[in-house]
Amino acid sequence: MEQILSAALFVLLYGVSYGLVLFIIAIGLVITMGLMQIVNLAHGAFAAIGGYIAVSLMNAAGMPYLATLCAAVVMVVLLSFVLERLIYVRLYGASHLDQILMTLGVNFIVIGAITILFGPNVYPVKLPGFLQGSVDLGLRRFEVYRIFVICLGLAVVVCLWALFERTSFGAKLRAAVDNRSIAQVIGIDVDRLFLLAFGIGSGLAALGGAVGAAMLPLEPYYPMKYLMLVLVVVALSGYGNIRASLGVAIIVGLIDTAGRLLVPAFGGFVIYLLLILLTIWRPDGLFAGRAP
Amino acid sequence: MTLAIESSKALVQYRFSTYELIPFAVAIAFYFVLPDYLPLGTAICVTAIFALSLDLVIGYAGIVTLGHSVFFGIGAYSAALLSRSGWGEPVSTVIAAAAVAAFFALLSGPLLLRLRGLPLIMVTLGVASVVSEAANKLSWLTGGNDGLPGLIFDPVFKMFAWSIDGKTAYLYALAWLFVVLIVARTVVSSSFGVALQGIRQNELRMRLIGAPVLSQLVAVYALSAGVAGVAGALYAQSNGFVGLEALSVDQGVFALAMIVLSGIGRLYGAIVGAVVYMVVQYTAQQWDPYYWMLAIGVMLVLVVRFSKGGILGALDALSAGLKRRMETRL
Repeated sequence: MEQILSAALFVLLYGVSYGLVLFIIAIGLVITMGLMQIVNLAHGAFAAIGGYIAVSLMNAAGMPYLATLCAAVVMVVLLSFVLERLIYVRLYGASHLDQILMTLGVNFIVIGAITILFGPNVYPVKLPGFLQGSVDLGLRRFEVYRIFVICLGLAVVVCLWALFERTSFGAKLRAAVDNRSIAQVIGIDVDRLFLLAFGIGSGLAALGGAVGAAMLPLEPYYPMKYLMLVLVVVALSGYGNIRASLGVAIIVGLIDTAGRLLVPAFGGFVIYLLLILLTIWRPDGLFAGRAP
Repeated sequence: MTLAIESSKALVQYRFSTYELIPFAVAIAFYFVLPDYLPLGTAICVTAIFALSLDLVIGYAGIVTLGHSVFFGIGAYSAALLSRSGWGEPVSTVIAAAAVAAFFALLSGPLLLRLRGLPLIMVTLGVASVVSEAANKLSWLTGGNDGLPGLIFDPVFKMFAWSIDGKTAYLYALAWLFVVLIVARTVVSSSFGVALQGIRQNELRMRLIGAPVLSQLVAVYALSAGVAGVAGALYAQSNGFVGLEALSVDQGVFALAMIVLSGIGRLYGAIVGAVVYMVVQYTAQQWDPYYWMLAIGVMLVLVVRFSKGGILGALDALSAGLKRRMETRL
């Protein structure tokens, strides 16, 4: 009994922390896909860039961990502003095919650049001292790192909630999503709004990539490898539903962790199979109401 | 109205023209001029067949799929397994591999092709990742990470043995490319092909005039899967080896890149795209194996950004512009 309870707690802690990292990475894509109607397949690339910046700053320059996280976020936000003006602005209203190709192109460029800069292998991450080790939580010991990730994830959730529900920026953004032309008519600068939203989304992806580097190993193929998981979170949350995406991300994290623990031989792709079936079953999102 | 005009244009477009002999004349010349590069030429033919299969579904029927690598892989592994079980006759192996791939498309099509837009893109991408992961786990069947090496096939038509210089393989693959192109041309210029373009342009209208949209989509999906299966089988035969990279999701993505680079929905675009892509890949790999990822990314971004119709579209615009200038001068 105690063993089962301990295993359940393990799945809960690891699954939720994994799910929260997924959420932090995916939320930017939820915004771009839901709000701006852009299939940004290069979203994972922002997470990868964030991760590489943070880890290389720590390894090479010896910056403190938390400072590297901030640096990664700031640099990726700046990069995303440039890319939005150069590339993504052309994609608003373009066909899905054009969006896919353009963003896949960005993906390949990032993969190529990472390989040239950091080599083809997994880039090792060394956690700082205060995140190493584990604490006793009654039934068993847990890594401090996982608990840190959960706390950070929850903080992000609260900040996002406040941003979207309690600020005029959030209200304008929601208005622009509901009806872009009316929002423009009443004087909301939708272009600027989208630029900011894109920046926030990319910055969060960078944060997710940097914080999650010990969970989702950094390698050149990162942008493609985790694309599917992130896309699935976006799809099952119904394209643009921020609240639902939190739930879906945590469910994905829990199922994946449980799958790997219970059926180790096939754990890696139980989750994909399940998610494909769910997407076919409910193409408009897991929590979507029945179409009227 | 526009639909009617475009459709009649579509029919005119597929009247045979002498320009269509150019790629094959070039291919034959290649055989004599650059005999050292025949393995690259074979790879280009195989890739062109695969890109052509993707052009059928994306360019004509408008089915945006990122999972076509599955059918290439199924074709490759079918050919490999047939050879392993003692059946080495190459032509029938290719046909059998194509049939297996088409069969899987018939099974999955009715389920997948109900989806449109984003869900379709994601589910096809997901299926492709699952299948390649499954092949990795089913190592008793696929050889897992080691693949299936040392495949041996009989001489083509019992006459032409598979030589070390790659001459047989090149001509054999080129012949298949020719056959596939004839089939694809016939299909897209038939009333079925025009109906597919109708579905791409306005699905609702096609439904309203009573077209059996889903079954037509499944039909072209299966046909295209069969062609991808041909490419996969030729890949197995020309390399004598099949590994997991035959099923890699990238295959489908890169094929998409090829047809977009040279112009989507025009069949010959697939051939031009395959040539450009493979040559860039080959050159970049000589330089540094990782530069070509960068090169192909830059090419994709530039094509989408600057030229809607790809390389052939740009040539069309150029020749139309020249023609207009000539006319005004006269």
